[in-house]
This record gives sequence, C-alpha cells and structure tokens, in this order.
Amino acid sequence: MIRIGIPREVHPGERRVAATPQTVLRLRKLGFEVAVQTGAGDEINCSDAMYREADATIVKDVRQLWEESSVVLKVRPPEQHPVLGVHEAELLREEGWLIGFIWPAQNRELLARLSARRATVFAMDCVPRITRAQKMDTLSAMANIAGYRAVVEAANHFPRFFGGQMTAAGRIDPAKVMVIGAGVAGLSAIGTARALGAIVKAFDPRSATREQVRSMGADFLELNLTEDGEGAGGYAKEMSDAFLQAELALFAAQAMEVDIIITTALIPGKKAPTLITTGMVESMKPGSVIVDLAAEQGGNCAMTRPGEVVTHKGVTIIGYTDLPSRMASMSSQLYGATLVAMLGELLSGDGLTVNLENQVVRGALVLHDGELTWPPPTPPPPPEPGVASQNGVSTPVHAGAQNVINHERTEGVNLLWVALAGAALLGIGFIAPASTLGHFTVFMLACFVGWQLVWNVKPALHTPLMSVTNAISGIILLGGMLQLSNSAFSMTTILSAVAVLIAAINIAGGFLVTKRMLAMFRK
Amino acid sequence: MRDSFVTIAYIAASALFILSLGGLSRQQTARRGNLFGIAGMLIALTATAARMDFGGYGILVAALLPGIVIGALLAWRVQMTAMPQLIAILHSFVGFAAVLVGIATYLSQHQQVGEGEAAIHLIEIFIGVCIGSVTFTGSVIAFGKLQGKITGRPLLIPGRHLVNIALLIFTVALGVWFFRAPGIEGQTALVAATMLTGLLGAHLVLAIGGADMPVVVSMLNSYSGWAAAAAGFMLSNDLLIITGALVGSSGAILSYIMCQGMNRSFLSVMLGGFGTEAATASSADTSQEGVVQSVDASQAADLLRGARKIVIVPGYGLAVAQAQHALAEVVRLLRERGADVRFAIHPVAGRLPGHMNVLLAEANVPYDIVFEMDEINSTLNEVDVVLVIGANDIVNPSAMEDPSSPIAGMPVLRVWEARTVVVMKRSMASGYAGVNNPLFYRENTLMLFGDARKVTDEIVTEMRSQLNK
Repeated sequence: MIRIGIPREVHPGERRVAATPQTVLRLRKLGFEVAVQTGAGDEINCSDAMYREADATIVKDVRQLWEESSVVLKVRPPEQHPVLGVHEAELLREEGWLIGFIWPAQNRELLARLSARRATVFAMDCVPRITRAQKMDTLSAMANIAGYRAVVEAANHFPRFFGGQMTAAGRIDPAKVMVIGAGVAGLSAIGTARALGAIVKAFDPRSATREQVRSMGADFLELNLTEDGEGAGGYAKEMSDAFLQAELALFAAQAMEVDIIITTALIPGKKAPTLITTGMVESMKPGSVIVDLAAEQGGNCAMTRPGEVVTHKGVTIIGYTDLPSRMASMSSQLYGATLVAMLGELLSGDGLTVNLENQVVRGALVLHDGELTWPPPTPPPPPEPGVASQNGVSTPVHAGAQNVINHERTEGVNLLWVALAGAALLGIGFIAPASTLGHFTVFMLACFVGWQLVWNVKPALHTPLMSVTNAISGIILLGGMLQLSNSAFSMTTILSAVAVLIAAINIAGGFLVTKRMLAMFRK
Repeated sequence: MRDSFVTIAYIAASALFILSLGGLSRQQTARRGNLFGIAGMLIALTATAARMDFGGYGILVAALLPGIVIGALLAWRVQMTAMPQLIAILHSFVGFAAVLVGIATYLSQHQQVGEGEAAIHLIEIFIGVCIGSVTFTGSVIAFGKLQGKITGRPLLIPGRHLVNIALLIFTVALGVWFFRAPGIEGQTALVAATMLTGLLGAHLVLAIGGADMPVVVSMLNSYSGWAAAAAGFMLSNDLLIITGALVGSSGAILSYIMCQGMNRSFLSVMLGGFGTEAATASSADTSQEGVVQSVDASQAADLLRGARKIVIVPGYGLAVAQAQHALAEVVRLLRERGADVRFAIHPVAGRLPGHMNVLLAEANVPYDIVFEMDEINSTLNEVDVVLVIGANDIVNPSAMEDPSSPIAGMPVLRVWEARTVVVMKRSMASGYAGVNNPLFYRENTLMLFGDARKVTDEIVTEMRSQLNK
C-alpha cells in the first residue's frame, strides 16, 4: 500500500496543513495509507485524535515521517527545517514523490535540491486552468478565500457600515468599493462586498470579465479604448502605454469617490503593476481602506508594505500576504480536497503512474525522477469571451418556469404537422403542373429565408419589423398594375385601380412610419 | 429582352427585401434596412411599369398618387400609442387588395392560356381571394378593437366553433361550384366565397380578447403575406411569391413568439374565449385576499429616490394613459442621480409585438437600458424597487406558484423577488385574464392607485422639488 505523509508546516506564520481529517478519510478510500506528523493540525483545530479517528497513523518523528512516505503532501515549498536544521528537500526519500506549492519560477535552487534526490514533484500552482482541472485548481480555491478575506479585513479597518440603512438616527449611505482585477479573487471580493451591502464597481482589462462582474452585482468600469487584455491561461497580459494611462486616469477619478479599494492585479512571472499611486492614496477620504492582494508580488499600490498594515494620512493600506492562511481551516479543507483530486488523477490500478499524455498531470509535473520537466508545453489560447471560464464562477440560472409541461404535448403535435406537410407536398406533386412547381420551389425557399432572417430580429424591433413587412406586402400593387388596361371602365381595370390605390397607401404608410419609429430608437 | 430586364429587376428587388429584413435585426442597421426596402419597392414598381406597354399609365398615376398621399398622411399623423391600430388597418388593405386582384384576375382570365394549367390557376385564385378576405375583415375587426370602437371583450356566441366549421364547409362547397363553372361564370361563387370567408375572419377575431391582440396582429401580418404570395401564384409572378413568403413567415414567427410569451398554443389563442372560465373560477376563492398597502405619489418618489437599482415594468396601461413621456422624465431624473434604471419588457406587454419598445423609444428612453424578460429575470432579486406601470398578468406570481391558475406556466417577470414593488394601477380590478393577482397582497408590494399619466406627473413634480431643496 502506498503511504502518504503529511508533515507539519514549518514556514513561520503558516497555519494551513495539506490534509484535514475529512480529506484523510477520502485518501483512505482511494486506498492510500496516511501518516500525519503529530500536531500537524493544531492550527486548524484538528487534534491528533481526530486524525487517528480518520484512520491515519500519527508519527512523532519528522525524519521518520518523510523517510517512510512514498508521497509527501505539503502546503509551502520545502525550506530549511527550523528545528532539525536541515532542508526539507533533504528529508524527502530518494525517488520520493512530493506534491504541494512549488512556484518553480521563483525557486530554482529548490528544484536543484529536489532534483538531486531524483524526486518526482508536482506543483499545485502549475495545474493548468482548464475546465477538466477545476477540481484541482488550488490557485482558484485559495484566491476565492483571499478575496473573501480581503473584504473582511477591509471591513475590520473601515470605520463605517458597508450597507446603507435608514435608521431612526438618520440615513446611512452604503460604502463604495472598487475592485481592480476580476479574476477569482476579485469576483469573490465583489460577491462578499455586495453581500455586506456595499456598492461595488470593478475594473478588469479583459473584456470577457464584464459579464461575470455584472453577474456578481457590481458595475463594470469601462475605458474608452479597445484593447483586450486576455492573455494565455486566463491571466491578463501586459497592456500598452495608452491603455495604462487611461486606466490610471480612471483609478485616480475613482479613488476620490470610493471608500475601499481592493486590488488583485497580477501578471504571471512579473512584478505586479503599480496601479494606485501615492497621489491617489492621498486623494482618498480619510478612513478609507486599500487591500492589496498583490502585496507578495510587489503590490498594486505604491505604498503597500508586504505583510504589514500601514496608515498614510488616514488611509489604511493592508498588505497581508497570508490571507488564505488567516482562514486556515477553510483553506486546508479546500487545499486538501484539490490534493485528493490530484492523487485520484495520478492513480491507475493500485499504483501511482505519471501519464505524460494527461494535460493536467503534465502541467503540474515539475520534476520527473529528478529530471526537470518545467515549464510544460504552452497552454492553449483562452476561450472566447462569454464562454464559461475556468474560474468556476457561474451566474445562477433559473429554470424557465413550467414551460416544460407544454413541450411534451407539442412534441406529438409537431410530428403530426410534419406528417401533414409531407402529405400536402406529395399531393401538390401529383396534381400541379411543372410551371407551378417552379413557383412553388421559389415560394418554399423564400419561406425558409424569411424564417432564418426573422429569428435574428430583436424583440425590441418587432413593431418596426411588422410595419416594414406591411409595407413590402404592399407589393401586391404589382398584381393590380399587371391587370390595368386601356379600357378605363372595364371591371378588371376598376378593381385593379382600387387595388393599386390601397396598396400604395400601404407602401407609403408602412415605410414612412417605420422610418419615423426607427429615428426614435437611440442609445 | 424587356422581359429578362424585368426579371433581373425583380431579382434585385427580392434581394433588397431580404436585406431589408436582415437589417432590422439590430437597431444599428435597422434604418439601412428600411432604406433597402424602399429601394426594392421602387425598383419593382419601375420595372413593372416599364413592362406595361399600353397607355395605362394615366390610370396608374391616378390611383398611385392619392394612395401615396393618404399613406404618408397616416404615417406622419399617427400617435405612437396608436401603432397597433395603424398596423392592423394596413393589414386589412393588403387583404382587400388581394381580394380585388384575385377577382380582377379571374375576370380577365380569358387572356390566360394553357389548358392544363387552367385548373390549378382557378384553385390559386380561389385560395388567394379567400385568404385576402379573411385578412381584410379580420384586420378591420382588430382595428376596431384596438381603436376602442368595438369592445375588447371576446364575443362568444354559443356554438361558435360550429359556426366556423359551417362557414368553412360552405366555402369549400362554393369552391367546387366555382371550379366547375365555365368561362367566368364562377364569379357569383367567388363573390359569395369572399363574403363567407370575410364573415369567418370577422367572427374569428371578434372571439379573441384584447390582450391576445399581439398574437392576432402578428397572425394577420402573416396572412397578408400569404395573400400576397397567393396573388403571386395566380399571376405567375415570382417577386410577389418571394415577398409574400417573407412576410408570411415573419408574421408566423412573431405569432409563435407571442404564444410562447403566454405559454399557450396558437390554436387555443385562435379559438378565443380566454379568461371567461377563469373569471368565475377565481371569484370563488376571493377569500385568500389579504391586506393591500397603498402609497401616494410623494411616498413613491421618496422610495425611488432612495433606491440604487430600479426596474420599470411597463404594460398596456402605459400606452392607454400615454404616460411614456412623464415616465421617461422620471427615469432621466433618477439616472442623473446615479441610479441604475432598467426597463423590463415582457414579450406580450402591450397590444403589438415590440409595442412597449416603440413607446419608450418615442419618449427618448435609450434602448440599451431596455431589456427583455429573459435578460432581466434572474437579476430581479438584486433590485431595490420595481415599478410596475399598467401591467398585471405579466407580473402575476400565480403563473409560477399555482398550478390550477388559468395562466399557470405562462412566463412572468418575477418582480416580487425585488426588495420593494410599487404597482401603479387604476384600481384593484383583475387583468385581462381575469385572474386575481396575489402580487398586490404581498408584504413587499405597495399599490399606487391612480391614472398612470397623472401619478407619474406627480412623481416628476415631487422629485424636482426635492432636487431644488
């Protein structure tokens, strides 16, 4: 049986753990044996007894835990062990497996150490953000928590209500929140701030996010520029100078108005862009709060100090870099679940195998038996705007009332109609002469053209549509014209002349009234 | 030579008509679409006139000019609230013209040649005249109902389905007589059939109530197209066939969409008589009525002023009261204050497909804040205030909650999910369907009684005075 080891995290301030008793149970169900270091769950209020209850073995000795486990699950990348004085990478057994956050781009030296151990390493931060990998998308899970916590931290430092109220003691205006970046964290922040009752506006250079922002109940701030910031893998790319200028002008204007700014703008592998300048901070109302979720990557706000809360001229700037860890219990639960999903992906038969054809596995694989396999081949381009995105945020869709009831009945009726139409066509084929059939062909084709065209007409334009069709059905005038003859007093001519007259009313009236109506439609 | 030139012109005209309908799919291209239609019509008329190689031009001009003048006058003078009437009467013209053309064709049929085609030709004439006649009288009645000259209540004579069937059978019998008559002696039968089908058209529409008018008008739109197409068959004119088919299918789609909006089958609308049984059913359980909370215009203005997200649901009552301009002013004031104001349009609101959109456009409401039911329904729970003006059945929760309700299953705007609903209405009377509306008794519903125009004006005054303070 394959043994999985869960060591206690050693990074200062890290409170998460790679498995909770619940996820241990699920690992056991997958057929793994689980060993947990004693005290691993202390920070998330899970005692050794609880892990034991979930059928895990509690191991006191750290070295023994690492040595005896074929797979080690961690949260933070391996680092110098403060108690043992050795690097965690050295604790990993030869050819052992490691799954956790690795950040391979920033941790070259760590990769070298692990490579020396001929380790196989999966980086949860490298799981490709594709639909199939959603259940392993640790970054989204953590970003969701960070976004929520950002609002909670902001509320904690904000001296007023978020929601507006009408109280006996007077009217309380709702707080205004601006969220920059509508990724998972941004959307989560929008949702949380909305739930607290604030007015929320959000900005993101990727136009595909507009709908998502609106679906969360926030206003989408627009720039009058047409540049789409959608880059590969669902991240924003760097924008042109003109775009940045316009963006900064927008933020400067908003800074004076809003009470809370939450920034989440990251560009993969680069320093976070500075979007909130010192000047903008100073222009904010005293008591305002900025939460900088990009603090770890240098911060979106010029005044952010990573890991700290600073106050500048009455404005509080929060630069915590450990927001998920501040909700360790929640984060551990979600993180543990993504690890279970990852292991499920690696499991084949009763052993673990590395399937390089599997896009998810290939993306996360950083070291394979000590060989560097990172970075993986480039991910595919992003989905079309509006198509379901990889961050798993979906708008609630209400089922369309009881429409269904009627459908089943009409199904049968439809068949009947098709049968009748077929019979009618056959009948026409039998009796009609060839010339009529030629006209009939034209007729049927025109019906289908009309059918296709009219479905595209917006309901708002149904009245103009009717008046135009009205006008063009005045084409019956031709029928009158063709019957007109020299003899002014023959019955045919009189009837035809009347037909021409009233059809002309139709044509003139229909087109003119349409023109009048359409002139009124304006944006 | 000349004939092929005419054919080419007809092809161009057909293409322009198709482009015209295509252009109407979006507001941005709609005006161009209308111009395409005009161009197509001009080409068709010029080409046909060029083909008339006798001196009929005098009569043509004499008939054409007054028609154009009358049409132009109608178009310029019509009120936007009277659009449904205008459309209905224009449909009747097409129907009437089709009847005349059909009879004229029959009378001049000695010009026609080809023995084998004579039979099918007669059938074409007969069908064309009958469709035209139904369209004509049906549209006249629809016009009368919309104009208020005829009561909007459905006329339900006993055994009306039998009457319709009898009319149909007689018409078919006349058709057989007409078909057998030699030369042009079938004219009596043809005229009689015109009368009978005219009666049928009138009777059909009389039995349909006012709020089903969107279906009726789109159906008549469709019929007028089929009538034109039938005329095309009898004259062997492809342009008429194409145009007629385009119009016919357009109207058919609109009817279908309208029926979907009411969750009813086309047949049940056409058979009429909706709402009468319902009225008796719901009057029995009036005991469920609760307490109605009512407000006045100034309280409503206060509510709107304090709201950030507002949705307005207009109905036919808005058109009746001609309150669209006052309403647009309220919206303008609210938007100036930074409120997010949107309109929610139910597919069957008003008496014509797209009726509300035209009214709002007339009042200068930007079309990008006017939304369809499906676009807005899922967001209504985030709305602070919903203002319902002159609408009833389309916001009735029993459509979703009470399976025994006559309107069960009809898609409705879920306004009750909003924080507060203000319903502007003349009285507590039930809507067209005759169904009690539990919305009025909900805790978050406030009734604002009065004429929509007057009350809206009061709200505007109230809001202006608050701004000046």
